[in-house]
Amino acid sequence: MEITFYLSAAIAIAATLMVITVSNATHALLYLIVSLLAVAIVFFVLGAPFAAALEIIIYAGAIMVLFVFVMMMLNLGKAAAAREQGWLNPGIWTGPGVLAALLLAELAYIFAQGGDTPWGTAAVTAKEVGIALFGPYLLGVELASLLLLAGLVGACHLGWNQAGIETGHEEERGHENG
Amino acid sequence: MSELARNWLNIIVILIVVFSFAALLSWIERRLLGVWQDRYGPNRVGPFGVLQVVADAIKLLTKEDWVPPFADKAVFVLAPAIIFATTLFAFAVVPIAPGIGVADLNIGLLFFLAMSSLGVYSIVLGGWASNDKYSLLGSFRAAAQMLSYEVFMGLSLMGVVMLAGSFNLHDIVTAQEDLWFCVPQILGLMTFAVAGIAEARRLPFDLPEAENELVAGFHTEYSSMKFGLFFIGEYVGIILISAMMVTLFFGGWQGPLLPPLIWFLLKTSIIISCFILLRASLPRPRYDQLMAYGWKVMLPLTLVNLLLTGAIVLAWES
Repeated sequence: MEITFYLSAAIAIAATLMVITVSNATHALLYLIVSLLAVAIVFFVLGAPFAAALEIIIYAGAIMVLFVFVMMMLNLGKAAAAREQGWLNPGIWTGPGVLAALLLAELAYIFAQGGDTPWGTAAVTAKEVGIALFGPYLLGVELASLLLLAGLVGACHLGWNQAGIETGHEEERGHENG
Repeated sequence: MSELARNWLNIIVILIVVFSFAALLSWIERRLLGVWQDRYGPNRVGPFGVLQVVADAIKLLTKEDWVPPFADKAVFVLAPAIIFATTLFAFAVVPIAPGIGVADLNIGLLFFLAMSSLGVYSIVLGGWASNDKYSLLGSFRAAAQMLSYEVFMGLSLMGVVMLAGSFNLHDIVTAQEDLWFCVPQILGLMTFAVAGIAEARRLPFDLPEAENELVAGFHTEYSSMKFGLFFIGEYVGIILISAMMVTLFFGGWQGPLLPPLIWFLLKTSIIISCFILLRASLPRPRYDQLMAYGWKVMLPLTLVNLLLTGAIVLAWES
């Protein structure tokens, strides 16, 4: 089982690198899907099959389909790929690359120390986050949900066919125009 | 026989049987459609025309395998393989009979849902990579349709999960010993059947390839065996959905007198025939009707089913 873990972890890292460096946006999305699938296998091997299944159903199966859908709508051609290529010159990525490498080194250092929180304070667990969110900060959570609801109502209003335009007779109108 | 050898034998036999049955299904479908439309259907090649399948396969294999110069080649070649791989993978969790079946996963049902949600990519990417407008329109429709119908496909099965208390398909089958779930979960069965047909892109839900307006929809540019993969993939999808319906709602392999394997095959065949009968009898809806039907009728229905089942299970237990 260990070999499957390392193999899928390596695939996940390689695919994620490709997501960043590939200039064709749809190909990048495909690599992202591969990366998500690899992470799902990592979950499965580590004994979390439920998380693995949800990872595939929700991320790879639903959210990424929406991304691909938008990508198809935008119809990015060769020009967009060329522009992306221009963004990838060393002058642009060396700065963030060096900073990210520093963070990676820090993380490696922390793990080398045994992975404890360095200053002896207690680590915040998921349970404590939940208790805090739905205890003292309940008002904030509710306000955020109101904000989301407002967004939803707004989207619904924009998408509403108020003018009563008949859909499904596109071909007839096409004839009139052409 | 050792465990490993038996597993491999299982895998290989199931693969071969599913594959050849899917190919044969193209002939069965045409014959049955013929019967229901008062004509013969293919009846010239071999006894009852059964060798028509072989003739079709030879024809497909000898056709030119053409990749359009304007297509995105890598994705174009990859797309038909995805649908085939995902539907065949989903067969791994179907418990055909006690001891016959590839994997006994605890999350079997979720695995099936995951594989069917990945199948969308095949259609969407195939249409996008073809780089022509009919294909693109077809894959737009496919993406919207399959995404919408997937939502309540998962929800419609949660009633079964509540009653069986497990995602494991073996447990679900054994939980139906006294009463098939098609009785308490009649709403779930109805919604799952609709979602299943939509996921398999069968008539009346074949708008992604509506031939009278989109030439052939997402696979307009495909020829030879790449088209064949889409074609057989659709039949494998039908077999998969029928097998899942049998497993989840019609007691799986259970039944009196006959051996379990025969029961499973019998039930699955009956449901497949129902799918074909649907094709013979229903017209194709308009696209906005399809979306409205999914979101405004089927989704509320599954939610009602979920609430009712949950309430009854709770009341029963207390």
